[in-house]
Amino acid sequence: MVTYIIRRLIGALAMLFVVSAVTFSIFFVVPRLAGVTPDDIANRYVGRAATAETVQSVAEKLGLHDPVVVQYGRWVKGVFVGSEYDYGTGVEQCPAPCLGYSFVTKQPVWPDLVDRLPVTLSLAAGASVIWLVIGVSVGVLSALKRRSIFDRGAMIIALAGVSLPPFFTGLVALSLLSYGLGITAPGGAYVPLTENPAQWAYSLILPWLTLAFLNAAAYARLTRAGMLDTMGEDYIRTARAKGLKESKVIGKHGLRAALTPIVTIFGLDVGILVGGAILTENAFSLQGLGKYATTAIAANDLPKIMGFTMLAAFFIVVANLIVDLLYAVVDPRVRLS
Amino acid sequence: MTFLQLNDLKVHFPTDDGLVRSVDGLSFQLERGKTLGIVGESGSGKSVTSLSILGLHKGGRARISGEIWLDGEELVSASQEHVRSLRGKKMAMIFQDPLSAMHPYYTVGDQIIEAYRIHNDVPKKVARKHAIDMLGRVGIPQPDRRVDSYPHEFSGGMRQRAMIAMALSCDPELLIADEPTTALDVTVQAQILDLMRDLQRDFNAALIIITHDLGVVAELSDDILVMYGGKCIEYGSADDIFERPEHPYTWGLLGSMPRLDREVTERLLPIKGSPPSLINVPSGCAFHPRCAFEPRTGGKGGTVVPDLVETEGGHLVRCHLSREERRDIWATEIKPKLES
Repeated sequence: MVTYIIRRLIGALAMLFVVSAVTFSIFFVVPRLAGVTPDDIANRYVGRAATAETVQSVAEKLGLHDPVVVQYGRWVKGVFVGSEYDYGTGVEQCPAPCLGYSFVTKQPVWPDLVDRLPVTLSLAAGASVIWLVIGVSVGVLSALKRRSIFDRGAMIIALAGVSLPPFFTGLVALSLLSYGLGITAPGGAYVPLTENPAQWAYSLILPWLTLAFLNAAAYARLTRAGMLDTMGEDYIRTARAKGLKESKVIGKHGLRAALTPIVTIFGLDVGILVGGAILTENAFSLQGLGKYATTAIAANDLPKIMGFTMLAAFFIVVANLIVDLLYAVVDPRVRLS
Repeated sequence: MTFLQLNDLKVHFPTDDGLVRSVDGLSFQLERGKTLGIVGESGSGKSVTSLSILGLHKGGRARISGEIWLDGEELVSASQEHVRSLRGKKMAMIFQDPLSAMHPYYTVGDQIIEAYRIHNDVPKKVARKHAIDMLGRVGIPQPDRRVDSYPHEFSGGMRQRAMIAMALSCDPELLIADEPTTALDVTVQAQILDLMRDLQRDFNAALIIITHDLGVVAELSDDILVMYGGKCIEYGSADDIFERPEHPYTWGLLGSMPRLDREVTERLLPIKGSPPSLINVPSGCAFHPRCAFEPRTGGKGGTVVPDLVETEGGHLVRCHLSREERRDIWATEIKPKLES
């Protein structure tokens, strides 16, 4: 078990390394192949008014003329020990973990990400609980009442849920419930949990529901399919033959087995979500990681995009690791050795 | 009073293609301590019979009629909840494939403990001790250790032993074993059959063995019921069926049985054709399209459904051939071939 965890941890680190190398290449090698010179990049950092000499000296100081491998090495070093950026008008400190330094906002990326994380975490936590509970319950009921009106209705709504993007459902919900009826918080509202839990929930309920609608639909369909499968298994017949009450047959024997794939998907979905719910955050103007990423992309702010991508990748790798370990707990046939 | 009695049991399933008559008018009796073997090909209705005794036929879709009397109680008309309370306690079942019949996520012990605690209000510790006892009784070595194993950690034979331990955990009076040895190695089959015989004697339970394998029923059964197309076509003591069989289908089953004491050069005598569809059961005698002696019935085979009639002292046969014809055919045409 311990060796398995260690092996998986090493694998996870290797994965992050690969992701960072690939991301770095995409952002810094591909433009160069497309004909962008180091001076062009430096130009972006010093502003339009700079003379050709200034641009060149900044490019020199930032090491933009160095081979890409050297630049990548410098970036990795910055993650662990921090780094300094000298772009002509002074030396900027970027303490570890330095995921990059934005020359647009003249800020290191990491503190920005840390600032935004609570919003995204709040959104992900609330939404995931809602969609898991609703999705699994609807899926189970649909499977048990197969071909009933409830089943058909639920599956039609689920189809709508998986088909409608959050920027549509979110905006419709906002205009109806917040601006029309005034019962939910307007877009952009966010109160930290530590300040006022009730206000926190109130400000996030609509984004939660919007995001949950999307995923609950997928989970309902997944749970339904899984339950239909397991309830036909021989061990369900055995459970009934023992004289077990039907509710226990469903809950303890049927759902238990049907939940295994759900646990897997759930872990990965939450991992992805913690890295930023781009569409939902934008629809509700929530200043989370996803919104941060879209702003950075619009501003062509490469260090921010790079930093965001690395953080998101980190969460996904961690979620993967947790799911793998959890799998062995859920299904005893998976032995960790 | 008879312990278990089925009267004209019918289990029909309406489907899009038509009505499936899985069991079509089945009657038999069984006493405590006795063993009944139900024999037939796939789709003859033998498994559906056992499931409907336990009330496990797909309740909503099946149309069930007739009577099932268990120890003075009628089960077809009883409430589902009442039948549930009898399941596992008064009547228990052993299934064919113990790997798929046990839940892969729970330990063998947990599954036996669960079965025991449904009907016995005891602390988990007591139930666990009982589970270990039961595992020991069915011959699992080191039961106190194996109780915490998962089904996939057992061999096929061990799993079937554990399944038997689970079925017997509440000391049932009726035990139904549906193809208990089919999924097992031949060497293990004999062990399991021995075990079941011993346990049945210890528990004095009524035992129904459902199988397509005449060898299995020969080992264990007092009485044998041969099913074809949802109906009983021959019923009698084990001696009746093996020594004096009177139905052409039973002859066919006996002829299809590989035997070690026969010359290797001898061919088996398989029954031609395949089992009937239960939606379009052949008219008249369901077996007539496959019956070599159908021409001798004078055209009745394909038009009239024969009755199940007693030929001698509890030996019942459903056939148009007269008793004399059947005995003659058996003595002159079938028996010599089987014994050659």
